[in-house]
Amino acid sequence: MDILQIVGLGLAVTFLALILKEKNQVFALIVSLVAGVFILLMMVDQIRLVMDMLNNMAQNAHLNNVYVATILKIIGIAYISEFGAQIAKDAGQNSIAGKIELAGKLIILVMAIPILTAIVDTVMHLMPQMGGG
Amino acid sequence: MSLDVNTIFQIAGIGIIVAMIQTVLKQMGKDDWAQWVTLIGFIVILYMAATLIDDLFEKIRQVFLYM
Repeated sequence: MDILQIVGLGLAVTFLALILKEKNQVFALIVSLVAGVFILLMMVDQIRLVMDMLNNMAQNAHLNNVYVATILKIIGIAYISEFGAQIAKDAGQNSIAGKIELAGKLIILVMAIPILTAIVDTVMHLMPQMGGG
Repeated sequence: MSLDVNTIFQIAGIGIIVAMIQTVLKQMGKDDWAQWVTLIGFIVILYMAATLIDDLFEKIRQVFLYM
C-alpha cells in the first residue's frame, strides 16, 4: 500500500506548502523539496528491483557489461537532473532549470560516446565484407 | 518511514513558528531580530533538507552507478 501513503503524503504536503507560502515562501519550497526527496527515497527500492531484472537479463544475453552499466548510468542521470530541474522550476528559476537540463543532456551525450564508437566500429567492420563479398 | 514523515512536519512546524515569531518581533519594532530569527530558522531547515538529499543521492548512486 505504498501508493496510498505516497498520495496521502503528497496531499498533506501540498496543503502545508499552501499555508506556508503566504507566510514564508522559502519554507514552503523546502517542504515541497523534502517531500519530493521522500517520495523518491520510497521509490528507489522499486527502481532497484527493475535494475536488477535488467541486469540479469543482460547477463543472460551475454551482453558486454560496459554497455549495460553505461545505460544504467544514463537512466540515473536522467532521473537526477529531472528532479533538480523541477525543484528549480518550482522556485521560479526557469533559467537555472534549463541549465540543469542542458547539463544532464550533455553529460548523457558524453557517456554515450563509447556506445556510438562501438556502433561505428561495427559498421566499419561490416563494410569491407559486404563490399568484397 | 514514520520517522521520515515526521521530518516533513517538523520542517513545516519550524516554518510556521518562525513566521509567527517574526510577526511578533516586527510588531514590537525589533526588525533586525526578526531578520536573524528567519535566517537561523532557514539554516536549520536547510541543514535538515541537505542531510536528506545526501541520503537520496547516496541511494541513487548505489542503484544506478555502482550496480
